[in-house]
This record gives sequence, C-alpha cells and structure tokens, in this order.
Amino acid sequence: MSKILIRGAKVLGGEPQDVLIDGRTIAATARQGEIDWSGSGLSADGAEVVEADGKVLLPGLVDLHTHLREPGREDSETVLTGTRAAASGGYTAVFAMANTFPVADTAGVVEQVYRLGQQHGYCDVQPIGAVTVGLEGRKLAELGAMHESAAGVTVFSDDGKCVDDAVIMRRALEYVKAFGGVVAQHAQEPRLTEGAQMNEGVVSAELGLGGWPAVAEESIIARDVLLAEHVGSRVHICHLSTAGSVEIVRWAKSRGIDVTAEVTPHHLLLTDELVRTYNPVYKVNPPLRTERDVHALREALADGTIDIVATDHAPHPHEDKDCEWAAAAMGMVGLETALSVVQQTMVDTGLLDWAGVADRMSFKPAEIGRAAGHGRPVSAGEPANLMLVDTAYRGSVDPAGFASRSRNTPYEGRELPGRVTHTWLRGKATFVDGKLT
Amino acid sequence: MQRHLISAADLTRDDAIRILDTAEEMARVADRPIKKLPTLRGRTIVNLFFEDSTRTRISFEAAEKRLSADVINFSAKGSSVSKGESLKDTAQTLEAMGVDAVVIRHGASGAPYRLANSGWIDAAVVNAGDGTHQHPTQALLDAFTMRRRLVGRDTGLGQDLGGRHITIVGDILHSRVARSNVDLLHTLGAEVTLVAPPTLLPVGIESWPCEISYDLDATLPKSDAVMMLRVQSERMNAAFFPTEREYSRRYGLDGERMARMPEHAIVMHPGPMVRGMEITAEVADSGRCTAIEQVANGVSIRMAVLYLLLGGAVFESKNAPVTLQTRTEEK
Amino acid sequence: MDTQAPDPRPVLEGPDIARVLTRIAHEIVERAKGADDVVLLGIPTRGVFLAQRIAAKLGAITDRTIPVGSLDITMYRDDLRMQPPRALARTEIPGDGVDGRLVVLVDDVLFSGRTIRAALDALNDIGRPRAVQLAVLVDRGHRELPIRADYVGKNLPTSLRETVKVQLAEEDGRDTVLLGAKRTSPGAQQ
Repeated sequence: MSKILIRGAKVLGGEPQDVLIDGRTIAATARQGEIDWSGSGLSADGAEVVEADGKVLLPGLVDLHTHLREPGREDSETVLTGTRAAASGGYTAVFAMANTFPVADTAGVVEQVYRLGQQHGYCDVQPIGAVTVGLEGRKLAELGAMHESAAGVTVFSDDGKCVDDAVIMRRALEYVKAFGGVVAQHAQEPRLTEGAQMNEGVVSAELGLGGWPAVAEESIIARDVLLAEHVGSRVHICHLSTAGSVEIVRWAKSRGIDVTAEVTPHHLLLTDELVRTYNPVYKVNPPLRTERDVHALREALADGTIDIVATDHAPHPHEDKDCEWAAAAMGMVGLETALSVVQQTMVDTGLLDWAGVADRMSFKPAEIGRAAGHGRPVSAGEPANLMLVDTAYRGSVDPAGFASRSRNTPYEGRELPGRVTHTWLRGKATFVDGKLT
Repeated sequence: MQRHLISAADLTRDDAIRILDTAEEMARVADRPIKKLPTLRGRTIVNLFFEDSTRTRISFEAAEKRLSADVINFSAKGSSVSKGESLKDTAQTLEAMGVDAVVIRHGASGAPYRLANSGWIDAAVVNAGDGTHQHPTQALLDAFTMRRRLVGRDTGLGQDLGGRHITIVGDILHSRVARSNVDLLHTLGAEVTLVAPPTLLPVGIESWPCEISYDLDATLPKSDAVMMLRVQSERMNAAFFPTEREYSRRYGLDGERMARMPEHAIVMHPGPMVRGMEITAEVADSGRCTAIEQVANGVSIRMAVLYLLLGGAVFESKNAPVTLQTRTEEK
Repeated sequence: MDTQAPDPRPVLEGPDIARVLTRIAHEIVERAKGADDVVLLGIPTRGVFLAQRIAAKLGAITDRTIPVGSLDITMYRDDLRMQPPRALARTEIPGDGVDGRLVVLVDDVLFSGRTIRAALDALNDIGRPRAVQLAVLVDRGHRELPIRADYVGKNLPTSLRETVKVQLAEEDGRDTVLLGAKRTSPGAQQ
C-alpha cells in the first residue's frame, strides 16, 4: 500500500494539520508543515498528496442502522450499492439490519452479508442479527451462533418490528450478556399503531391519516429501560423520535441504566407538516414528528442524552413511493445526506462542534456496536479510517447523483451544507474528490 | 388557480357561495320536462371508484348525464386494480382514452390529492370521498340544504350561513363528511359543534375551527341543524364504545331529543342511515329530516361543481381575486 | 369585458327607448292579432327588463296581463370552452308554460346571432311554442348565423371596432344606448 499525505486538514474541526497515512494506518500527524520526518525513518517520499485546504478531517463515520436489502430486495439496494452509498457519505462501517429475505436470523445469512461487504471493499459491513426467528417475536434466534460466526454479530434487532413481548425482550437482554451483545429495540407498541400512517396529532386529524402516537414509542422505551435495569443488561434504542422518549432516556441514564439511543438525521430536520403534501417520500417509521420534538431531539443529541446519529437508510424502489400515501413503503435513504443534515441542524446551529460530530457519528456508534478498528482517534498508529468534508460547500440535493440504487430522499432539491470529498477505508481511498474509486 | 376540487378547505367563501348559487339554478332543471343541458357535450368524465359507494356514484352520474357529458364508470373491484395495477397506471390508462375529468372515490386518504398533484394526469380531479379525509361535494350539498331550509331558496342566493349553529354528531374520527363540513361551514360563517364520545374524536381536533362536546342534550336546544353521522357497529369491536344500545342511548337522536331542538331546526343525515343506532325511524321519517332532500340536492351541487370546473372555472385560491363574467351581448 | 375607449356616444336616450318599446308593443299586438297567446321571455340580464317593460305596455294596450319570464342561455352557449366560467342567471317560465303559445324572445342587442341560437336551443328543452319571434332594442348587424329580428327598436350600422352598450335604469341607473370604440382584444369578440 502506498502513502498518502493529507495537507492542511482541520482534524475534528481544529487547527490545520498534516496527516500521513502509510499503508493501512496513520503514520503521523502534526501541525501543518511540521511533521518531524527526522526521527522515525518516516518519509513522505512517493506519497500521494491530498490538499485538504481547510476541509474538516473526521474518523470514518459508522452507521449503526442501515438497510442494505440484500439478500431479497436487490431491486432497491445491494451490499455493493449500499456500501458505495456509504463510502460517498463518509462512512467506513455500516451495521446492516436483519430484515432481509431471508431474515438474518442464522449464522449463514449474516456470514453471507459480512463476506459481501469484505469482498466489495467500499465499507465494512457488520451484520445485525435478528432477535427472534423470522422477526416474528416469538422464538429467540440463534444469537450465540451468529455471534460466533465469521460475522461476529454483537448487535441484535428485529428492526421494522418491535420485540413487543416483554418476556422475549427480557430473555434477549439477558442472553446476549454472555458475549457482550446488545439488543437494539425498534420501539413501537403494535396495538397502538395498527393502521398507523403518520404522527398522531393536529396534522393527522386534518389529513385523516391513521395516527402513530408518541406514546406507542415511549411506553416501549420506558418498559425496556426498566427491563434492562432489572436484568443488568445494556439496551439500545433505535431511531428515537419524540420529546417524551428523550425524557425517559434522560431519566434512565440519570438512574445509571445502561441505555444508549440513536436519532436519525431526518428526525433532526423534518416535521409532520410535510405530510400535507401526501408525498410518500415523507413516509417513514417512526413517523416525522412535530417541531417541538425536533428541538428536543437536537438538544438531547447535543447534551449526550441521545448518543449517536444513525441513518436508518431505507432504500425503496420508485414504484413503492410513486403511489398514494397508504400504499407506499415506509423509509428514506440517508447515507449520502446524513452528514450534511447533521451539519445544518447541529453544527451550523452551534449545538455541536466537529469533535462532537465525530463522537456522535463515529466514536460512539463504533463503541456501542463494538466495531473493532472504527471510531478511533485521528492519531499515529490508528487504522486509517478517515473522511474529509468540505464544510463550506452549499448545494441542493440531486438524487440522480446518488450511489444508492434508490432515490427515495426527502431532501430532493433542498439546499444542504457540506459535502464529503474523500473517504479512506484502512488507508485505501474509497471516495476521492467526490467520486467513488 | 385550482382546476380540481380536493378539499372543502380549499374553497373560499366566494367560491362556495358561487357553487351554491349555481346549484340553485341547476336545481331548477330538475323541474323541467327535459332534465338535460347540453353544457358538457363532448366531454368525457370517468367515475373512478376504488370503494363501493352506489349512492355517490349514481349522484355524480346523474349530474354528469344532465350536463350531457359522456360518462365512463370504472369500479376497481374485479378490474386489474385488484390484481395490483397502481392508481397511477389506472389513471394514466383512463386519460389515454381522452378523459377530461376524473371523479375519484378512494379508500386511502390523500389519493385524489396525489392524483391531482403528482403530474400523473392532466384531467381535472374531483374528490368523491377519500379515506377519512374529505368529501367536499357532500359538505357542499349539506350547506346547500341548510341554506335552503334555514335562509330560504331565493333569499339565500348570495348568502352564507353566518351565525347559524350546526351540530354534527357521531363518528367524527372516521368521518370525511365531518372534516369537510367543519371546513366549509366555518368558511361560510356557521358555528359548528361536534358531539361524540371521546373515543370517536381524533387526537389533534383542538386545532379545528369548531366546538367539541360530549353532551348531545346540552347542545340540541341551540342547534339550527343537527347532522347525524352513521356509526358502524364494527367500531364496537375496537372498543370505541361498549354496545349499540349504550351508543344510541347517549348519542342517538330520538323523538324526545328532537323535541328539544328549536322549532325551525332540521335533522340531517348523509346516509345511509342506520335506524335504531344513531337515529330512530320516528326522526328519520319526520318532516324535519332532510335526508331525501340531501340526495336530490347532491345532484344539483355536483352539476354546479362539474360545470364550474369543466367550464374552465378558476376556483379562487385563498388570495387570488376571481373574475366572473356575466352575460351581455357585448364581450 | 372590454373597457371602453373614452367618450362613448349616446345613440338612444331614455325617451327614445321608451318610444321604441311602445312601438314594438304595438307591432306585437298587430302581428299577433291581439297578443292572446303571447309569452315574453327576456334573455338575462337586460333582455329581462326590456321584456318586462314591453309586457307592461302590452298589458296597457290589451288590458290583460301578459305572461313574462326569463330564459338564461349560459348553459347553451357555443363558446363555453373558450371563456372563463360564467355565472348562471335565472330561467323563469310563466306558470302556463310555452307549449302552443307565441314566444317572443327579447334581448338588448342583436349581433352575431349566437345568443339567439342558444336561446332557441334552450327553449327547445322547455317546451314546444306555436311560434317563436325575436324583439331587440338594437340590431347592430354582423350576423354570423341566419337569424333576423321580427321587432327592432333601432337598426344601428356599426363597425367591428365599435362596441354597443345598453344601459337600463333597473340595472345601470339610467336608460341609454352607447356607441363606443373598442380598445383591443379581438379574441373577446362574440
């Protein structure tokens, strides 16, 4: 592997530095122009030089919540197209959700997904195992076998469905303790959300769309943090979306319960007012909430109540969105716009600095998911998983340029700040000057 | 500029009064030996019904035929739609046959809005009821019925319903009729009170321009019109209320309750009525119940809407001025 | 509606109008041999007022009440698709109907003839008169259909660049017929 010298990058948003990558690792970092080449036999000879020119250098982003759709729905996304989208968005590791066809509830399926990720080489793919067989909520899947497989699964989730049976949830929380696993809960009380189409509130009342009440999320979160406390396990809450959920997680953390939580970029920016267009591009689960929720989520992400940003990247083919609202699929793609949305909602608003972004989008998600080699500091000796973002850029989102196979973005035509220009996975460039390698 | 009629909330007061006044003239056609006008000769209108509703479909069909339009009835049941063809494909197929307007009834809230705003088709779209969202022609025919009965057939021309108290009783949660009526009646200056058990009122209703009450008896004496909505007994199974008996005792309209209404007040029902549930036979068959009139008025209203839409009407959006031509030889 | 160029010129004033309507009433009595079965139908808006005035004069002459009504032709127009939507006016047929009677259509200005064509169609849907005649206050020429008036208040040769506007006290506060110059918008020519 060759050497790469990144010159004048604001590491984690700080003073401009030079960063030398040698092979798969970071060889040295220093203030711009001040790498001391003399001592350790280092040299920049033959290094490819990347002029960062004031761009921000962050550790490669880690997404704890991605739907890659392979196997089963390759018409919407594959491991290849999904990891290419991830590299384009600055990600070096993604956790692939289990709701594929067949469901990732056996060692065989998770190994297949893991190997596809390795083979394509754009981004590490860490499969998430299903908690229950077929996501049916009745019988525990072989969690241990998935953990011991080549994929080394540590995160388990029935995402898309809630593990609503309290006993099954309790057992799962307890069982994964044996190997340091974590259950990521999709918090949605099923009876309270039968026929649900959007957030229940003023807008749903007017539009006549079935309501998805906040309490359906909050009641499950409340139950699960108490269960986690009772059995002494850690629990992770997927795509937290309401102000009430924030309060419950805050309370649980203050009580010492080992709970972590994620928020999606779209819940940091969009509200249910958009549903008035009846455009299913805004249909997502959990649904877009209110302005008040958006502000509570931003504050919680800033103060650490919410630990991480996860995309819930959910590709769908055009025909599943080009229809009436009720018939449309739920979900939005997000890998290629996540950092821009976080910049707009958290950095440009002064709620978070770039070091905070690195924490919420790389360090913490890697830690929660135990993704070895990811979410590490930008310093000598660490794996060279890095990305550069041009934070001064302003431009409108054009889905035609997406690497993802699907185009179901809610941001089409919307002006967003920031643009990822480079991504390196263990020293290998996967995305250079806005182009995939 | 609106070429479509999707929601009663899109109508300004002037739009609404224009439709009511036009319908009043249309109603006179029904009194003539030849109940037909040549106005929409050569225009094709498709009644695209994804949901069974014989009453509404027949009413639109009568209106279309009285205006001499060519009518295509398309029922989604038994068609390729039930085999998975999408709304978009169906609409585009129909438009390829040269349809000028689509009257659509759909079980999904927002389907007519999508049809009108997604660039799928160019035809005018008339919402004939979508999910639990809107049913604007029903609200218009209800307002028409109220204006005739409470203001007067001729004296009502050009008038709104300012100051009238309208009470709507029943399953508000699942009712597109209630939503449309609240919007339109508010626009026309009426004071609306919704009466229902709390389970049948949507969360978020506090933003609606109306009063809410759980007490029918307290509301009746000040009502100029009481509209009873159909309550499906299947709702019982989802625990919206305990039994039919309890529902009709608390929220049904019987002769005794009707006697507490002011003398001039009318009883309305969009049909089909469930006698013994929300309304007793005694009330339904009384002279104060306008259910049958509403059916007749429905044809006039739909004629007016189709004439104004396909005559190239510009339904004033809330802030654009509207110009309406009156006839003289010089133009 | 076209805006008039400055200073339209009156060609008939109030007393003239009263006089020609009286003459038309006498002509009707004469030609209808007593006007026993005459029904007057005015075409909204101003034709209705003219019909009412003629009916009153007929009543004075014959000492009987002459049935008078209105016939809106909006829904029968042949240019519906070319114009913004029009408000409907009232059609009011006198109680005994028109079957077997002599219907005299009354309008303010006879121009292309298309309005009268529409009126004949509208009448056809209402009943079967014994005969139909036409009375107009002004005939300004430029017919586009084979239609002529039986009773004309004033023949007024005009050019297509001119406009004729009838004002009546009931609607406009005064009686007059104005001849003016058309501004532009040839497309609006009826």
